[in-house]
Amino acid sequence: MDLLAHLPALQVVVPMLSAPLIVLLQPRGLAWAGATAVAVLSFAIAVTLALAVLDGQTVEYAMGGWPAPYGIALSVDAFSSLVLLVITGAAAATLLAAKPSIDQQIEAERQPLFYSAWLLVLSGLVGIVVSADAFNIFVFMEISSLASYILIAGGPDRRALPAVFKYLMMGTIGATFYLIGVGLIYMMTGTLNLADMEARIGDVTDINPILVAAGFITIGLALKAAVFPLHVWVPNAYTHAPHMVTVFLAACATKVALYVLIRFDYMVFQTKLDDHEIQFAMFLMPLAILGILIASAVAMFEGHLKKLLASSSVAQIGYILLGASFLSLAGLTASAMHIFNHALAKGGLFLAVACLAYQYRDLRLNQLGGASARMPWTCAAFVVCGLSLIGVPGTAGFISKWVLINAALENGAWGWALVAIILVSSLMAVVYIWRIVEALYFQEPVEGNEQISEAPIQILLVTGIVAVLNIYFGLFPQVPLELANSAAVLLLEGSR
Amino acid sequence: MTPETAILVAIVIPLVGALAIALAGRISANLREAATAVTSVSLIWVVWSLLPLLMDGGRPSVEVSQVMPGLSIAFTVEPLGMLFAALASGLWLINSIYSVGYMRGNKEKNQTRFFACFALALSATIGVAFAGNLFTLFLFYELLTLSTYPLVAHKGDAATVRSARIYLGVLLSTSIGLFLPAIIWTYTIAGTGDFTTGGILAGKMNDPEIGLLLALFVFGIGKAAVMPVHKWLPAAMVAPTPVSALLHAVAVVKAGVFTITKIIVYIFGIDFLFDASSSQWLLYAAAFTIITASLVALRQTNIKRLLAYSTIAQLSYVVMAAAILKPLAEVGAAVHMVAHAFGKITLFFAAGAIYVASKKTEIHQLRGIGRRMPWTMTAFTIGALSMIGVPPTGGFVSKWYILAGAFEANNLVAIFTIIASTVLNAAYFLPILYIVWFEREKEGGREHGEAPFLAVLALCLTASLTIAFFLFNGPVIELESQVVKGLG
Repeated sequence: MDLLAHLPALQVVVPMLSAPLIVLLQPRGLAWAGATAVAVLSFAIAVTLALAVLDGQTVEYAMGGWPAPYGIALSVDAFSSLVLLVITGAAAATLLAAKPSIDQQIEAERQPLFYSAWLLVLSGLVGIVVSADAFNIFVFMEISSLASYILIAGGPDRRALPAVFKYLMMGTIGATFYLIGVGLIYMMTGTLNLADMEARIGDVTDINPILVAAGFITIGLALKAAVFPLHVWVPNAYTHAPHMVTVFLAACATKVALYVLIRFDYMVFQTKLDDHEIQFAMFLMPLAILGILIASAVAMFEGHLKKLLASSSVAQIGYILLGASFLSLAGLTASAMHIFNHALAKGGLFLAVACLAYQYRDLRLNQLGGASARMPWTCAAFVVCGLSLIGVPGTAGFISKWVLINAALENGAWGWALVAIILVSSLMAVVYIWRIVEALYFQEPVEGNEQISEAPIQILLVTGIVAVLNIYFGLFPQVPLELANSAAVLLLEGSR
Repeated sequence: MTPETAILVAIVIPLVGALAIALAGRISANLREAATAVTSVSLIWVVWSLLPLLMDGGRPSVEVSQVMPGLSIAFTVEPLGMLFAALASGLWLINSIYSVGYMRGNKEKNQTRFFACFALALSATIGVAFAGNLFTLFLFYELLTLSTYPLVAHKGDAATVRSARIYLGVLLSTSIGLFLPAIIWTYTIAGTGDFTTGGILAGKMNDPEIGLLLALFVFGIGKAAVMPVHKWLPAAMVAPTPVSALLHAVAVVKAGVFTITKIIVYIFGIDFLFDASSSQWLLYAAAFTIITASLVALRQTNIKRLLAYSTIAQLSYVVMAAAILKPLAEVGAAVHMVAHAFGKITLFFAAGAIYVASKKTEIHQLRGIGRRMPWTMTAFTIGALSMIGVPPTGGFVSKWYILAGAFEANNLVAIFTIIASTVLNAAYFLPILYIVWFEREKEGGREHGEAPFLAVLALCLTASLTIAFFLFNGPVIELESQVVKGLG
């Protein structure tokens, strides 16, 4: 099909070119409608690409007809397709739901700019994923980061400004590290195309600059991905951002950095650097484990709903990283699967939070008493997504945990210790989710909240659909599982 | 309707029912109660329609989703599960009749949530009963925990929420921390988790590990309340009495011992486990639980807490019977699930009826109450006699089979435990019967008569069932004998 061949380019170009046009849509509501239409269109493109990839194709695209490695190459394989689904799905779902919440939090005349920034984040994120070229990844990373600073700081909460400043600083350091790494590799190989880079690294005689580059790139991306202990920007940025922005970013932003990290390490370095895989595993596995345990513990004692969930995100990133650090087919499958499932669970949770936040100004747990009586549907959706986050069987979260545990067991006796860690952290998740459930369902209502009723149907409907999807993909996970599995096969082929 | 559809329909009916109850509750209470009645009657109809097929040795089975290679959501009906499902669905109807009387008589709040969650819990119970492999069983096992949590926390005050937290905490942490690893271990070793006649682990495991895996299962299945994971059951007594009656005497706790029995019979295999020396501890653990829980029950002053500890002891009867690992004892385990269910639900119904009529919760308050509530207390007496195992009650039948199995295995520990615990049961039930019937009521107490009619009707029904089970237990034994015959 002719159009199919152009889809990787359209995936990026559509939101990017729409972004400036959205600014012109001044009348209230039009900007939202335009941005939502673009996001839904992007999702449709991602679905089409996923269908093609499920058929076993890898969709390649050469910009302007210049062949790789000279021109700019785009490529969509199983791994990128899965992440594309997550990004565009998150963008479409959030925008569909966003209007009431955004209307409440952002003045009408600034909304077109805001939606335009949103589309820039979207195009940046998908750009990172479809690029087959290290420098373009950097460019798109900057586009998405700069635009996301605007989104986070765009709300009425002034505390977002210091939070975003911290994010800006750390994000810039991360991006710079990445760029230094790419520069060093370019110096030694003379290419920026990932596939070409992989081929030429083998010919490099002086390996030291490459090793330094690997270090810079890994740490830079770990910063962007909020890998423990480089995660300190996450809790405040998520907490003080406008609620809908939190949903969008929590569902996909850090995962894209993880995507690049995994892709770079598996596809470029592992093949040609001696013992790179061991260094990678030895460096990242302890961080993953520490992140899982410590961030879960922090979440257990956190009193603010959004901060609690943000801490939990850091722990969940640990799961994704843990799977990747097993260096095995099952481990990578688990990672890719958890990218998908965690986006579903955490996206759903933050959507429910956005519903709550629409009515409750103060999101500290002790202020939310009696919410279950006032907002029964929201709370029910929250519970379902919370169960998915815990990994209760029958929900999407269980599938990724099951795959991850099976992957861990391939490591022999050490594997059982890892299983113990995963199970302990699941129990910690029970504790922090249940603290919220008890607050919503059994705490005495705070005075002055008698007038509160259910959130607008628009947010509620999307939240409900996401909650149902959490159950659907827990019972019928075949499609994401197949994508995740092919992704793992590809990544390991790259490293062999 | 083919048997395969019937299985799925049986799981879906209570789900749909829960939805209907939630919606009908907005319109009127009577409509909601009608929804419960229709749901439970149709559930009985569907579940019991499978019985003839099972009696003829049929094993209908259906797969819903192949979640991952080797891991599927599938259902298979076999005698143990059939018995459990038939029991739970049948008693749900009686319990619903009772609940209406109790909840209205007590003017409880949030009745719609109560009835809807009850239906959800039943769906989970049927799922546990019909599960065709460990994964499916685990799925519904967790669903059962979660759907009963709102029922336990029903009252919503601080003390209740604290107890409900213990309930959820113990059940979830044991199931995630121990049961799940045991399941994963089984899948890793055997490559499957399907319940297969004769077991799937034979020849794939050696001695110390067998005992360890068994321990992970037994303590991971916290619902069976083998000590030391029994604390949740007394904690759950804060729930309204119909919940204690159906869920914490029948559905939830029986789901625990049912799962253990099923794992012993269909995952390990009786013969394989009998030959493994490292599995012997289970008998002692169960015996210890029986004796200790009975001793604790002696010291209880609150009726429901006494019944809870009695339940803990009676559950371990089932576990011990299964752990004797002899055909007659396995039949005894299955029969005891039924016998205990009838007796204990009657006792809880009576305790609830006393509370509704008089607000009394302590044993010493019961002096002479037999004269005010003759129907209720007669039923209570029948239930208590069944717990002790006196003929003509159902408790006698199951004790007979368990003892026969113990003699067959020449298992002195089991024989001694059964005798000792019978004495202990008598020691804590007979004094109650004495003060109820023969002591005089204190002067100046409040005037009251029987509980609401529906409640009394329900407890008379279950009391009659307790006696009827003594006389007509043939079909149950015939059905359950298939379990062990299958082993050849």
